[in-house]
Amino acid sequence: MTARDRENGLPFVLPAVILLAFLTIYPVLYVLYLSLQRRLLIFGISRFCGLENYIFLLGDGRFWNALKNTVYFTTFSVSLELLLGLSIALLLNRDFAAKGLVRAVVLVPWAIPTVVSARMWEWIYNTDFGILNTLLGQKINWLGSPDWAMHAAIAMDVWKTTPFVVILLLAGLQVIPRDLYRAARVDGAGRWQTFRKITLPLLKPVILVVLIFRTLDAFRIFDAVYVLTGGGPANTTETLSIYAYKVLFQTLQFGYGSALAVVVFLCVGAISVVYVRILSRGVKL
Amino acid sequence: MTRRVGFFALILVLTLYCAGPVLWQLLTSLKPDAELTTIPPILPVHPTGIHYESIFTSHPMLRLILNSTVVAACTTVFSLVIGSLCAFALAALRLRWKLLLLGVVLTVSMFPPIATASPLYIIIRALGLRDTWWALIAIYTTFSLPLSIWILTNFFRQIPREIYLAARVDGCSPFQAFYRVLLPLSAPGVAAAAILVFIFSWNEFLFALTFTSTTASRTIPVGIALFPGLHEIPWGEIAAASIVATIPLVVLVFVFQRRITEGLTAGAIKG
Repeated sequence: MTARDRENGLPFVLPAVILLAFLTIYPVLYVLYLSLQRRLLIFGISRFCGLENYIFLLGDGRFWNALKNTVYFTTFSVSLELLLGLSIALLLNRDFAAKGLVRAVVLVPWAIPTVVSARMWEWIYNTDFGILNTLLGQKINWLGSPDWAMHAAIAMDVWKTTPFVVILLLAGLQVIPRDLYRAARVDGAGRWQTFRKITLPLLKPVILVVLIFRTLDAFRIFDAVYVLTGGGPANTTETLSIYAYKVLFQTLQFGYGSALAVVVFLCVGAISVVYVRILSRGVKL
Repeated sequence: MTRRVGFFALILVLTLYCAGPVLWQLLTSLKPDAELTTIPPILPVHPTGIHYESIFTSHPMLRLILNSTVVAACTTVFSLVIGSLCAFALAALRLRWKLLLLGVVLTVSMFPPIATASPLYIIIRALGLRDTWWALIAIYTTFSLPLSIWILTNFFRQIPREIYLAARVDGCSPFQAFYRVLLPLSAPGVAAAAILVFIFSWNEFLFALTFTSTTASRTIPVGIALFPGLHEIPWGEIAAASIVATIPLVVLVFVFQRRITEGLTAGAIKG
């Protein structure tokens, strides 16, 4: 064996490559194939049907409703998380007693299982015995009314995922050289000006990365909303992933469910392409 | 002075916002059923461990904990072993299609889980692995690989190349240089990746719900989501189970806050 052969990395990456190929790449190709089939698991039906599933999808009101819900959820939860996350990060970006402790507390919502947080909020939102209604002195049916359920789900998601945003933005804030702030103060810049002219531009790449991660995550949201509302009431909180899951594993229509899954996949792909474009342009400037 | 007071008031509000819902769940878990339906008082008047007793005696909580622990622990070990080998090759060795592999790893981390749920279900069923630990371990290992690879590649790259070359000159094979020299030097990265992978596997729900069907392999999140309620929802027991599922994570967060932060930023920003 020559020295050059021994520097070959192939044996080292092989286990990872095999797993990724078999359990991610192959399934993605397989789901495309499934989406071109009429496959009903309970009846043992399985035949090729071309684009039938996709044509059906275009006329499926429930699909469009789920798409609308997903976009609504993603837009509002990600914007709120970013605003709240930025405020908290700015608040925490200084030295004070018990800094580590406060940061650990902030991480708690991010670390607990999504299912647990959904159950917790379900109890907080409870119409008769929930602490939210007690505090407000109201009797609002948060999860049972079509007007409130989606917003209740967004509020829960904001609570759960803002810590992630805070951590990343804090890391970004800490790389900004202190000298810049000192120079700005010498030049007589106010706090708002300093934020607008120094913090925000320098934080922009990190904000974009956070946006990518959060948008992709919010767009494929499943567990939080599924456990909180099950997609109800009257499908007002049914997201694309929840609809696809129900079609796949509750009614066992593997063909049509796979077509829905492919659409989620394509949307996520499109979002990442758009963001990566913006990101690479931002870096060049 | 007033600014300092204002600052700490904000910190207090923030802490309450983040910890409040969890503390509320803790209080709920300690209240007897009669007190659940009356607020005020906020604090339990007659605190009780009855809900905790119930989840361990009338519900298979112990089995759920066992399943979750085995699955999360095995996933962490496998993901780190396989991921660190791959990260080492990416950072230090000669490899064709390095960029392609990195691209695949990044793309896979963006896959929506639902997109692969139906084919994975068919594959798992064909392999006879439905409702076993192995189904979840294999899938979690694969889906957490991008995270391990990404974090560890970043850590390996920070180690000067001379150190690796010195180990090679001293007669180490690439593998020996990897596990005797580079791996110990990247201990913080390994810890960060391990914690994040563990938390991911402990919390994962969609695949766990899809591939488990009995308590033989059901994990805690599925157990809590499907908590049986014959007539009404057993809020006290759900709260108790939630607290039990949350304790290990809260401990992790308080002990390893710094590592978690490092891991999250290494996984996201340097990418």
